[in-house]
Amino acid sequence: MDWVYLIEVLVGGLLSGVMYSLVAIGFVLIYKSSGIFNFAQGTMLLFASLTFVKMTENGIGFWTALFIAAGIMVIFGVATERFVIRPLANQNLLALFMATVGLATFQEGFSQFIWDSDVHGLQMNKFLDIGLLDPNPIFMSDHIPWLDILIPQFDIFASLVAGLMIVVLAFFFQKTKTGLSLRAVSDDHMAAMAVGIPLQTVWAVVWAVTGIIALVSGLLWAERVSVSFTLIEAVMKALPVILIGGLTSIPGAIVGGLVIGVGEKLGEIYLADVFGGQGIELWFAYFMALMFLVVRPQGMFGEKLIERV
Amino acid sequence: MSKSLLKINNIEVVYNHVILALRGVTLDVEEGKVVSLLGANGSGKTTTLKACSNLLHAERGAITKGTIEYQEKDIANHGAFNLVKDGVAQVLEGRHCFSHLTVEENIMTGSFIRENSKEAKQDLERVYDHFERIRIRRKSLAGFTSGGEQQMIAMGRALMSRPKLILLDEPSMGLAPQLVEEIFAIVKALNKEGVSFLIAEQNAMVALKYADDGYIIENGRVILKGKAQDLLDRPDVKEMYLGVGKEGKTSFRDIKYYHRRKPSFT
Amino acid sequence: MIYRETGHFVTNYLKDREIFPMTFDKVVALIGLLWLFLWVPTTSEYFLSAHVIPILAVGLATVGLNILTGLTGQLSLGTAGFMCVGAFGTYNLMLRLPDYLMSLPVALLMSGIFAGLVGVVFGLPAIRIKGFYLLVSTLAAQYFVWWFFNSYAWFLNYESSGVVAIAPKFYDYWGLGNFLGVDMQGYPARYLLALVVCIGLSYFAKNLLRSNTGRNFMSVRDRDIAASVMGISVPRAKLLAFFISCFYCGVAGGIYSFLYIGNVDLMIYEVDRSFTILFMLIIGGLGSISGSWLGAIFVYEFPIVFTWVGDFIFQGAFNTAVVENVSNMVYGVFIIALLIREPGGFAALWATTKQKLRMWPYPH
Repeated sequence: MDWVYLIEVLVGGLLSGVMYSLVAIGFVLIYKSSGIFNFAQGTMLLFASLTFVKMTENGIGFWTALFIAAGIMVIFGVATERFVIRPLANQNLLALFMATVGLATFQEGFSQFIWDSDVHGLQMNKFLDIGLLDPNPIFMSDHIPWLDILIPQFDIFASLVAGLMIVVLAFFFQKTKTGLSLRAVSDDHMAAMAVGIPLQTVWAVVWAVTGIIALVSGLLWAERVSVSFTLIEAVMKALPVILIGGLTSIPGAIVGGLVIGVGEKLGEIYLADVFGGQGIELWFAYFMALMFLVVRPQGMFGEKLIERV
Repeated sequence: MSKSLLKINNIEVVYNHVILALRGVTLDVEEGKVVSLLGANGSGKTTTLKACSNLLHAERGAITKGTIEYQEKDIANHGAFNLVKDGVAQVLEGRHCFSHLTVEENIMTGSFIRENSKEAKQDLERVYDHFERIRIRRKSLAGFTSGGEQQMIAMGRALMSRPKLILLDEPSMGLAPQLVEEIFAIVKALNKEGVSFLIAEQNAMVALKYADDGYIIENGRVILKGKAQDLLDRPDVKEMYLGVGKEGKTSFRDIKYYHRRKPSFT
Repeated sequence: MIYRETGHFVTNYLKDREIFPMTFDKVVALIGLLWLFLWVPTTSEYFLSAHVIPILAVGLATVGLNILTGLTGQLSLGTAGFMCVGAFGTYNLMLRLPDYLMSLPVALLMSGIFAGLVGVVFGLPAIRIKGFYLLVSTLAAQYFVWWFFNSYAWFLNYESSGVVAIAPKFYDYWGLGNFLGVDMQGYPARYLLALVVCIGLSYFAKNLLRSNTGRNFMSVRDRDIAASVMGISVPRAKLLAFFISCFYCGVAGGIYSFLYIGNVDLMIYEVDRSFTILFMLIIGGLGSISGSWLGAIFVYEFPIVFTWVGDFIFQGAFNTAVVENVSNMVYGVFIIALLIREPGGFAALWATTKQKLRMWPYPH
C-alpha cells in the first residue's frame, strides 16, 4: 500500500469535509436556537453568492461587494424572522420545516428572478491581493515539503475560516447569556416566552448570523463548484453531516463533516469496485450516517434523548 | 382597600377563531395579595393566566373583548418580554422546564432581562435558599428531576426576574400532598417579601387556605368571588369544590345552581 | 334547509363509526363516486392524461406517505425512491413473467408488495432513530434505490438510453380489451384502472385510520414511550406502517409510469419528487385522507394554472424562465401564508370553516 497516497486521500477527504461542515454550521445554528430544521440553507447559499458575484461582475470591489452582500443577507434574515418564523412560533416542527421548504422555493425563484439563472464562475484569485493569501492563484497546488504531499492553499484557507467560525460560535453558545437563552428556546418556545426571553430579537439575530454564514460558505463553495443552481444541492450533502454530528452541536458539524469527507474518499477508492458501479458517493454518506445513528441515535455530540412518560 | 396591581375587565378569549374559551372574566389582584382562581378542568383558568401574560397568540388564541391592566397600563398587547421586564412572571402549567439544560442553567434563563450579572448571582442564591431541595441537584439535567423539583425549578426561574406579580398555574399538579403544602408555604413566604400571586388551582382546599381572595370560574365566567375565608365557609362551595357537604346523600334537587346566573359585578 | 345536523342522533356504536353519518352526505358521496366513473365520455383525452391520471398517481403516494408521516409520525423523504421500486417492479414483472401469469393490475399490487418490503428494510433503523434523524434512513433509501436502478442495467432490460417505453402488449389484461372491444391502452381505460385502485386503497386507508392498527400507529406518533407502556409493540407498529406506506407508494409509482407517462424513466423519481409529495401531505393536512387528495390536486395544479394564467394575461411577454421563477416565488409565499393561517393544512381549514358555518351568523 502506498502510504503517501493514502495520506493524500485522507487529507483530501478532510478538506472536502470542511466544505460540508461550512454548510452544516448554518443548519445547526438555526436548529439549536429554535428547533427548526432549516431547509432553506442551500438557497441562502445560492442567493448570497449570486448577489456577491453579480455585484463584482458589475465592477464593484471585493470588500464593498462583500459588505453589501452581508448587509442584504442580514436584512433577509430579519425579514424571514418577522414574516415566516414569528407567526409560526410554537407550532409543530413539521409545519415549521415545511415553511422553510416554502421559503427555499421562494428564494430559489427570487434569486434567479432578480439576478439570473446562468452559471457564474467565481475567481477568488482575482481578489487575492486582499492580503489574506499570497497572490498565487489558489487553485495551484502547493507542495508541503515535510509531508511530501500536495494540498491546495485554498482548502487551507477554507479550513481556517471554518475553524474560526466554530470557535466563535461555540464560545457564543456555551459562555454567553444569549447563548444560554437560545438553548432554552430550542427546548420549549412557550416556556422561553414565559420567562421573558425575547424570542423575536433572538431569532432575528440568529437568522441574520446564519445569512452571513451562508454568504461565507456560499463563496467558498462557489469557488469550487461555480455559482449556480447546484449550490442548492449543497444542502443534501450537508444533511448526513449534521445528522452524524448531532443536530444541536456545532463541534459535531465539524467532526461530522470530516468523518463524511474522509469516509467518502475512502469509500470511493476501496468500495466502488465492490459495488461494480460508479456514483456510490450519492448514497454512501447517508449509509455512513445511518450506521452511525443506529449505534448512537442522537448523533456524535447531540443532546441526550430524555425519555419519560 | 390597597392599590390594584392587575385588573382584568370582562375579557373574552377565542381560540382558533371559533372556540370561545372565556366569556367575561373580571378579576382584580391587589398589591401584596395572594389571589386564587378556582375551577374545574376546562373552565378557563389557564386561558385567563395566559391572557395576562401575553402568551395566547402562541396557541392561536386572541382576546376579542375587554381589557387587562397592570399598574393602570393596558397590557393586552404588550409582548411577553416587556411584561416580564415590568414584573409579571408566569409559571406555566405542567412546569415546562428546559429539559436539556441543567437545573442551574434553567434558573439562569429567568435572568435574561437583567443587566447586572452580579445581582443575578445573588438572586440565584436567594432562589436556592427558598428551594433547598434543588440546590443539591443544580448540575443535573432538568429533564431527569422529579415533578416536585421541576415545579421548584419553574418557580425559581420565574423569581429570577424579580417579579412583582407571579402567575402560578396549577402548582399542585401531580404532586404529593406534602409537597403541595411545601410549595404553598414557599408562596406564602415570598408573599411576605412583597410578591403578589395569582394562582390557578384545582385543589381548592389548599389554594383557599393560603390565599387572601378567591375567584371561582366556570365555563369561562367568574361565578363567585370573595375573601378566601368567606368562600371556604359558603355551603355551596363546600359542597361543590371541597367535598365536605352535609351529612348523607344530597339530592340534586337541593343543589343551588348559583352558576346559572351571571353575577352582578361584571 | 336540506343540510342540517340538528336532529341527527346515533343510537348504536356502528352508526357512530360511519364515515358519512348523514343521509345527505351519503347521497352526495355516492353521486360523486358515480360521477367519477361516468364523466369519462364528457372529457378529453388530454385532460385525463395531463391532469387527472398524474394527480391520481401522486395523490395515492401522498395517502401512502400520510400513513407513515401523518399517522405514525415517521418523517420520510424516500417517497420517490419507493415509487421507483414500484415502477421498476411492475415493469420487470410484466417483462419477465409469461403473459398468462401477469397482468397489469396484478403486477401493480405485487410490485407494491416489493416496495413495501424495501420500505421495511429501510424502516428498520426507525426502531432506534427518531425525529429528524430518521431523514437519514429514508434519504438513504431514496438515493440508494435510484443509484441501484441506475447502475444495474438488467432492470431496464439493457436499454442504453435509460428510458424504456412500455410495450402495448402490457396493456393486454389477458385479452380483456379485445373481449370488450375497448382500447385498453387509451386514456379512459387507464383512468378507470387508476381510479379503481385509488378508490379502493383510499377506502382501505380510511378504515385503517379508524381501526385498532391505526390507533396503535397514532399512539406511536403522539408518544411512543407511552404507547409501549400500554403494551403496543412500537417496532412492530413502525415497521407495519413502513410496509403499508411503501406499498401505497409502490403502487403509485406503477400507476405513474404505466398509466400516466407510458415509459419507465429514472429521472422522474429524483429526490425533488419526494419533497413535492411531502408538500402535498402537509398542505393537505397530516392524518387526513381527503386532505391528502386536496393537497395533491392543489400542489400539482398550482404551477400549471399559474403559468396558464400568466400566459393568458401577458400573452407570452415574458420568457418561460421568468414565469417559472415568479411561479416559484408565489408558490413559496403561498405555502408560508397557508401554514401561518392554518398549520393543519386544508383539512384543518375545512374543519374550522364547518365549525364557523355551524355558528353562523354568530361569530362563535
